[in-house]
Amino acid sequence: MPLLETRNLTAFYGDFQALYGIDTVLEKGETIAIIGANGAGKSTFLKAIAGLIHAAPESILFGGMPIGAHGAADIVKLGIALVPEGRRLFPSLTVEENLKIGAYGNKARGPWTLDRVYSLFPILRERRSAAPSTLSGGQQQMAAIGRALMSNPRILLCDEISLGLAPIVIADIYAALPQVKADGTSIVLVEQDIIQAMKVADRVHCFQEGRLSLSGRPGELTRDSIHRAYFGQ
Amino acid sequence: MIGWLDALIQGVLLGGLYALFAAGLSLIFGVMRLVNLAHGDFIVVAAYAILLIAGALGLDPFLAALIALPILFVIGFALQHLLLNRTLGRDLLPPLLVTFGLSIIIQNGLLQLFSADSVRLRSGAIETASIPLGGGIAVGVVPLLTLLSAIAVIMLLNFVFYRTTIGQAFRATSDDLEVAQLMGIDVGRIFAVAMGLAFAVIAVAALHLGLRANFDPTIGPARLLYAFEAVIIGGLGSFWGTLAGGIVLGLAQTVGARINPEWQILSGHLAFLIVLVIRPRGLFPRALD
Amino acid sequence: MEAKTPKRVFYIETVDRTQRVSAAIFSVVLIVAVTLPAFASRDLIQNLIFLFYMMALAQCWNLLAGYAGLISVGQQAFVGLGGYLLFALTSPGGINPLLAVPVIGIVSAMLALPTAVIVFRLRGAYFAIGTWVVAEVYRLVFAQFKMLGGGTGTSLDPQVTSSVPGIEWVKALLNVRTPAARDIISYWLVLALVVGTLALVYVMLRSRRGLALGAIRDNEAAAAGLGVDIYRVKLGVYVAVAAMTGMIGSMIYLQKARISPDAAFSVLDWTAYVIFITVIGGIGTIEGPMIGAVIFYLLQRYLADFGAWYLILLGALGIVVMLFAPKGIWGFVSERYGLTLFQTRRKLVVRGEESKRSQRA
Repeated sequence: MPLLETRNLTAFYGDFQALYGIDTVLEKGETIAIIGANGAGKSTFLKAIAGLIHAAPESILFGGMPIGAHGAADIVKLGIALVPEGRRLFPSLTVEENLKIGAYGNKARGPWTLDRVYSLFPILRERRSAAPSTLSGGQQQMAAIGRALMSNPRILLCDEISLGLAPIVIADIYAALPQVKADGTSIVLVEQDIIQAMKVADRVHCFQEGRLSLSGRPGELTRDSIHRAYFGQ
Repeated sequence: MIGWLDALIQGVLLGGLYALFAAGLSLIFGVMRLVNLAHGDFIVVAAYAILLIAGALGLDPFLAALIALPILFVIGFALQHLLLNRTLGRDLLPPLLVTFGLSIIIQNGLLQLFSADSVRLRSGAIETASIPLGGGIAVGVVPLLTLLSAIAVIMLLNFVFYRTTIGQAFRATSDDLEVAQLMGIDVGRIFAVAMGLAFAVIAVAALHLGLRANFDPTIGPARLLYAFEAVIIGGLGSFWGTLAGGIVLGLAQTVGARINPEWQILSGHLAFLIVLVIRPRGLFPRALD
Repeated sequence: MEAKTPKRVFYIETVDRTQRVSAAIFSVVLIVAVTLPAFASRDLIQNLIFLFYMMALAQCWNLLAGYAGLISVGQQAFVGLGGYLLFALTSPGGINPLLAVPVIGIVSAMLALPTAVIVFRLRGAYFAIGTWVVAEVYRLVFAQFKMLGGGTGTSLDPQVTSSVPGIEWVKALLNVRTPAARDIISYWLVLALVVGTLALVYVMLRSRRGLALGAIRDNEAAAAGLGVDIYRVKLGVYVAVAAMTGMIGSMIYLQKARISPDAAFSVLDWTAYVIFITVIGGIGTIEGPMIGAVIFYLLQRYLADFGAWYLILLGALGIVVMLFAPKGIWGFVSERYGLTLFQTRRKLVVRGEESKRSQRA
């Protein structure tokens, strides 16, 4: 049984339909990348899994269990954590408090502790008492990822973690992912940076206007096919 | 000269009472952006509750208030959980109108239960005790206790907010409701706990309200206005700011009363409006928000 | 040969069949209302006066809160202001009460402007309480004026009430005594006022400004994004409503002939009841406050004797409606049956296609 499965997942923002029946599968330990143009529905897809957007119960299955209609707080307790688009650290909390609150809902023990997050991203230990607004974009992104890891998720959802960051910083952040995967955590990442996505993913899905336009292993996909799937014909 | 000094001292002490009224309001608005228009009426409810407990068990008001505290916490928790959580959302109107409706219900309910006669919390000798400061000025023990209680409550609230896990949850929820849920925070429950805490503060405020002056079912709305003014004058987002706001309001009222006793309340309102015009964010606002 | 593409015609429709029906019904109702004093009891006339001015106040509050999103719990400031200005302007040596009314409207607007500038610094619920504080300031200030009765209030000089034009004419026409004639004149004045308020609101909402208001009501951020100057529109509505409320207040106190600060600036009478009417009837619609006023009048007439219990009932009813039927009775009916008596929505009609698509605007 796959770890996570979406079946005919549809989602709306009010009257506007953002997803038109997405079928995907995530196996344990896999890393999947979702690419696509802006507005294609990639973030919506992650939000639906994370419980921020309403979906039909049976349209999202976690280890066979329907979780589509679950609320966000329940989803993270089950072991699915979202690193939201734009970082969204809590401005009233220090860096360390931001990390600690990541563990609020999920008291489940696991490999990720405050210490281990600091080992993964040493700069955060230095800036532990700082206000998030004083951190650089890259540091904030590290904190956001660390915060999500604190709940010891089985699936980590990453929404555009390279957004607005310089290439060298992006490389630093992606360099941390293998350690996350080493514990068997599965990852779903939404990425604008196709090259980066292809480097880390086991499989790639391309979204186009709310629909799945292409799926496959990075090695199998040609530039042309990606181009067509990305922009639509 | 003495009269003015006395007015200043009384103003600061009165400010302590207003800070107590305001602390609960500030807490609730900070955590969930909700303004409870029945806030003042709940203070009056708590005062009557303390009166009842003191009468039924033959206790002094301080002990009665101690007993009332957890009861008020539960009432606040239940109110939020059962009723007010349903009103929160994007629309501004429901929480306003529901709490306004509550205000009407409470005032009239209390009228039915207790009649319109004004009552007071009797505390014996302490009521008239005062500490002479020399030069003919004395500080009443009860007003002093009120100010000290206000300071203690604010220190406690700061402790909860900045040094406990639940305080982190309060601040996170206040910052970003959506992402707070991503942390596994059950925001409905957090709101209920916050409201319970606010009601515990209301119990303390009610004790001091009843000790200092007479109260009756209809004085709630005026207390709401004072609480609100103290919060705005002090600035949103800071509990110490709320204390400062309360003191400024108290001073404005006592100084105004010194000029003309009929102008006491009006002076407070005018001070509020002046602050609103020249420093709309209040005197000590937090940097964010 | 070139293939011809069908020509598409777009136009905005604001009046449809139901409109003509409701216009007809409204005209009939109006005629009945105007001629009512000829065959109605004095009691009914007095009750209708109450109904009409509550309806007018509710229309005003609805415009403010339901359309402009300005939830004020301080409109009693302008009711009291209107009442006191009437007493002040008509005091011995002053002007005729009927002439005073438009003056009061202007003065109310003038005072509303600086009031708004101050109060608009607050948002949402804090704005609401801010308006309440302002109303309290008005009350406390007017209580200072000893010549207007100070804290205990004063009565209107009988000379003033009998100087309202038309009393003799009514006495002769309908064969009634002076007090009844006064009531009938008041009735017509208030009727004119409520119809005027209705007309003003209707015209305003059908105008460009009204389109902006509807946009603000539906989604303020989006409206701002489209270039609607939110601040100015809201300021304009606040001032206009203040003027109307002031005039209504002056009419109320002309009829009551007695004023005191606590009564004139009463939160219960001029805000709580008004909000109740608007919410029960249906906020954000023109029909809502009308229905709400009728329901409130009936409740008031038959249950007000129950004192505190009556008010508890009103509060509870308001809460229940707010929780379970936030659009009020008219909102519920309107959505269920697609009815609109006063059409302010614009329908986009596309001709030239098989299906006629209409969009809510």
